[in-house]
Amino acid sequence: MEVYMTNTENLVHELVEKHGRDRNALMPILQGVVATEKYLSEEVMIMIAKELDLSAADVYGTASFYTFLDTVPRGKNIIRICKTISCHMRNKDEIIGVLEDQLKIKVGETTHDKKFTLLTANCLGWCHKGPVMLVNDEVFPEVTPQKAIEIVEEYMKKTN
Amino acid sequence: MEQIQLKKVDIIFGWDEKVTPIDVYDKTVKKTADSIILDMIDSGLKGRGGAGFPTGLKWKFTRNEDSDAKYVICNADEGEPGTFKDREILDKVPEKVFAGMAICGYVIGAREGYIYLRGEYNFLLKGLQKKIDLFNKQLAERKANFAIYLRSGSGAYVCGEESALFESMEGKRGEPRNKPPYPTVAGYNSKPTVINNVETLVYTCEICRMGSERFKSLGTFDSRGSKVFSVSGDTPTPGIYELELGMPLKDFVEEFADGDAKAVQIGGASGHCVPRKKFNETIIGFEGIPTGGSMMIFNSTRSMYNVLHDYLEFFTEESCGQCTPCRVGCQQLLKGIEAVKKGEKSPSYLEDMKKLTLTMKIAAKCGLGQSVANPFISIVDNFKEEIIY
Repeated sequence: MEVYMTNTENLVHELVEKHGRDRNALMPILQGVVATEKYLSEEVMIMIAKELDLSAADVYGTASFYTFLDTVPRGKNIIRICKTISCHMRNKDEIIGVLEDQLKIKVGETTHDKKFTLLTANCLGWCHKGPVMLVNDEVFPEVTPQKAIEIVEEYMKKTN
Repeated sequence: MEQIQLKKVDIIFGWDEKVTPIDVYDKTVKKTADSIILDMIDSGLKGRGGAGFPTGLKWKFTRNEDSDAKYVICNADEGEPGTFKDREILDKVPEKVFAGMAICGYVIGAREGYIYLRGEYNFLLKGLQKKIDLFNKQLAERKANFAIYLRSGSGAYVCGEESALFESMEGKRGEPRNKPPYPTVAGYNSKPTVINNVETLVYTCEICRMGSERFKSLGTFDSRGSKVFSVSGDTPTPGIYELELGMPLKDFVEEFADGDAKAVQIGGASGHCVPRKKFNETIIGFEGIPTGGSMMIFNSTRSMYNVLHDYLEFFTEESCGQCTPCRVGCQQLLKGIEAVKKGEKSPSYLEDMKKLTLTMKIAAKCGLGQSVANPFISIVDNFKEEIIY
């Protein structure tokens, strides 16, 4: 009998094969799921818990601790704008403002087409080249309002 | 014009084609572990991540432990606001970090080394992994019983605290542990572990290259050697600079500020704020104000209330929430300065809050909560009017 597996199940299996079933493998596995699916659903966390022989609460406990391990649905692209002091001094508010207008959402929200989530982040480590934004794992230092809009437009084209 | 005394050096990013990091490793492991430790202790090298623990002693304590497994961990969870040097080091000269780790592995008897890279630097992962693979291959060719692995964080500032970092690597919430036991006795997987900052590991490699005497000749008696500084804020020349330790803040300001500096925050959000009137007497180093490298300059157009507010917001969000003094303390401090600003609380409430930070210094479980007193007291004491009005 053929067993039907969803994409998510496949992904979890692959990650477990790669990183192992040890508790030490939990972070890389959670990170691997987030890299593809952008967040950790309840089902995924239960799946991982079974694979690693942990309680689902344990997995959720770890996941919910980390800013980059979201447990609520996120857009295909996650925009993070640094809000800490030196980027603050270099007008990060202006960048946030134009992106809110462009995407028609507020910080913390996801667009209706699920293409973008707009978030702020604590110090991203580019204080000498602020303001800085991350789109997924890609970094854009010294962004201007105009550049920020163009970057997002590029991602719009790339994302179906 | 007074003579500017800043001494720039080029140790960390300098590259010698004739003696590459793996050559330094080859040369060093011909010596006994004990003599390498003596070199490290003699050099006076102290941790460059901020806490400043003598590196040689850390290696010695770990070597002295009897255990079936030991680990070397490179702390690349650089999250202190105003610090960005470790990213640059891992981008430009990662081989030096690897060599430092491999030498440490040889000294303490570890077979595995890990680099814990903050999630915000994920864009470095691919390139770094390639270079690690190459280095591991070189180690294997030498029949060295050591290999380096890469782990990444997921956006938690507190994981830069060593025991929280171990917890994170063990797949748990990044909550700091009680100490003792210290990592040299029970670190990652509860085994003896050396955990060093990225920059510290580069210096260990460089001390093995140039000898402890030359390193010792740099800096001052209490602060041997040089240090990489991350300069940001109101400066025409933000960036990364390697300078000899123990310099007067006045010289630093003359070199980097825009002529209108009213304060310098030394050591990031958890560090100290030094006002203009104290620039002359302040030394940057272990005899004065130590720093993980973050130097943020504020000019007279900046509101120090906003600066403090930013810091407190940062700590409130990044507190792991495990211990009450830090979790509730940070929240109350943030609410408190807002209330004083709005006039809902009298200015004397600032004194009560100062006492709260001192309680946090004693009662908080880790460096995060313990160090909130540094920015709070130094900003409130020196810029009281700006906080109140």
